Amino acid sequence: MLVESPPESSSGPPAAPGTGTGARPGRHAIRAAGLLVAVGVLVLVCLASVAIGAKSLPLSEVWHGLFHYSGGNGDVLVRDVRVPRTVLGLIVGAALGLAGAVMQALTRNPLAEPGLLGVNAGAAAAVVSAITFLGVTSLTGYVWFAFGGAAVVSVAVYLLGGSRSANPVRLALAGTAVTAALFGYVNAVQLLDAAALDRLRFWTVGSLASANTETVGKVWPFIAAGVVLALLIARPLNALEMGDDTAKALGAHLTRTRVLAMVAVTLLCGAATAACGPIVFIGLMIPHLVRTLTGPDLRWILPYAAVLAPVLLLGADVVGRVVARPAELQVGIVTALLGGPVFIHLVRRKRMAQL
Amino acid sequence: MQRLTADSVTLGYDQRIIAENLSVEIPDNSFTVIVGPNACGKSTLLRALSRMLKPDSGDVLLDGQSIHRLPAKKVARTLGLLPQSSIAPDGITVADLVSRGRYPHQGLLRQWSPEDERIVKESMESTGVGELADRYVDELSGGQRQRVWIAMALAQQTPLLLLDEPTTYLDIQHQIDVLDLCAELHETQGRTLVAVLHDLNHAARYATHLIALRDGAVIAEGAPGDIVTAQLVEEVFGMRCQVIDDPETGTPLVVPAARKRRVAASV
Repeated sequence: MLVESPPESSSGPPAAPGTGTGARPGRHAIRAAGLLVAVGVLVLVCLASVAIGAKSLPLSEVWHGLFHYSGGNGDVLVRDVRVPRTVLGLIVGAALGLAGAVMQALTRNPLAEPGLLGVNAGAAAAVVSAITFLGVTSLTGYVWFAFGGAAVVSVAVYLLGGSRSANPVRLALAGTAVTAALFGYVNAVQLLDAAALDRLRFWTVGSLASANTETVGKVWPFIAAGVVLALLIARPLNALEMGDDTAKALGAHLTRTRVLAMVAVTLLCGAATAACGPIVFIGLMIPHLVRTLTGPDLRWILPYAAVLAPVLLLGADVVGRVVARPAELQVGIVTALLGGPVFIHLVRRKRMAQL
Repeated sequence: MQRLTADSVTLGYDQRIIAENLSVEIPDNSFTVIVGPNACGKSTLLRALSRMLKPDSGDVLLDGQSIHRLPAKKVARTLGLLPQSSIAPDGITVADLVSRGRYPHQGLLRQWSPEDERIVKESMESTGVGELADRYVDELSGGQRQRVWIAMALAQQTPLLLLDEPTTYLDIQHQIDVLDLCAELHETQGRTLVAVLHDLNHAARYATHLIALRDGAVIAEGAPGDIVTAQLVEEVFGMRCQVIDDPETGTPLVVPAARKRRVAASV
């Protein structure tokens, strides 16, 4: 029998509250309040995303379309175009933010992005193959190929990275090598097949423009599963960040946590990429930014990332619709253009006020 | 039977065998120190005792059960380890790092409690880092940082605590500081401590039980005063020396023989 009685502790009288760690509950309250504010901002951005576009709608029409649908022009625009697009941006943004945060923790690398382990490359290679060799043309048809490619490549990278003896460096090396090979393949096929190149052009920059209810319906279950999984492994991932030995000494399961983290990233990133093409940068920037706000605890980083990433994605999408009216810029391009300078600014400020 | 034992274990990495058929018992409530020359297998043995390394054969037993078959969190509530190197996440505060020691006591349904809060506070106070609670770990000195890691291991509240070379990379005053802290934890809290140390004199001064290893085999074990002799040191480390009484503590003090006498002896 294991006896778990802890040794008698020898500390003196309990210290007065409010000293030392006594300040911690206060910090939790601030973090929780910050999260609420972030959710508020996200709601505003969602409204803007429904209202603003090639044809801007006053809020009254947005309201009418959402809650008193009667089939008018404005109502159709709201229900069939803007709302699916906003919902897609919302779930894809959350997925990318979470996937990036999990990936940075898994690889102990603050510059890791969700595609580091080859998920995006796998999706792209599968979509290129589907278009070129199988003649798949509908956007909704891509989804399954993208998703399958992402899953196959995740498993391959895990096996190449040493499976049970996998460590962050080996995983990242395997992911980088596989990514290079797959993008080589993607480029080769695109060069040889001009028609495929044309169709892929939009997919590979990342866009929300083709969103419809069908796409949303296909990807949301995967993203929901990925979100739940990612939130469940926050604590073991915290332990893993302190090194393999320390994590194991604390009773965390290394292999199980790594496998679950990779499954979460594949679900999140695979689904997001399948729906919108590879939108880079959000998954790198948001978790990094969130970390400066919340500190290194993944139990806070993950929810913050899930809320703030769609703020950036939808915000960028709205900007992309406005700047080149009536045409629009793909969201993948806008996030990179907007996010880049902001990111540089943040990295140059050493540490933001810690909550 | 003692709580933590290794029962004829064969230890190695891949094909390289470090120790064969090695058996040790860690006396309960002791401050056991494992010593031996480089590559004698002392860290390997500690890694096996702390279930970081699975023996090729034989078994490490915790309370009579194979440590590798017990649930990970259950082991982590009984046996703690301070590894040679740990990574402090970027931007973590001392209090947050120490509170991560509560991991094995928490679960999805059992979240942070006032008791956790109290234990974290006590762990920081008993290691003298209470003042540093809100400082960032990466701003601390090496000695302070080691105290913080020890505080994290204490917050785990394990009756057994294993330390893998806790004094490496520290200045002499911080080495003594960390060892004093270990002795205090052993004496006042009754924890069983097992440490790997490089310095034989530190080992002889602080250990209540000494295990001397060479080539993966136990050459001698017992109280330092009983087993540390010039003959043993020569047998284990291959070095001629005198063993005198430590003027401060009366424990054995190993003084290596002068170079000329060692050279003369080896001719």
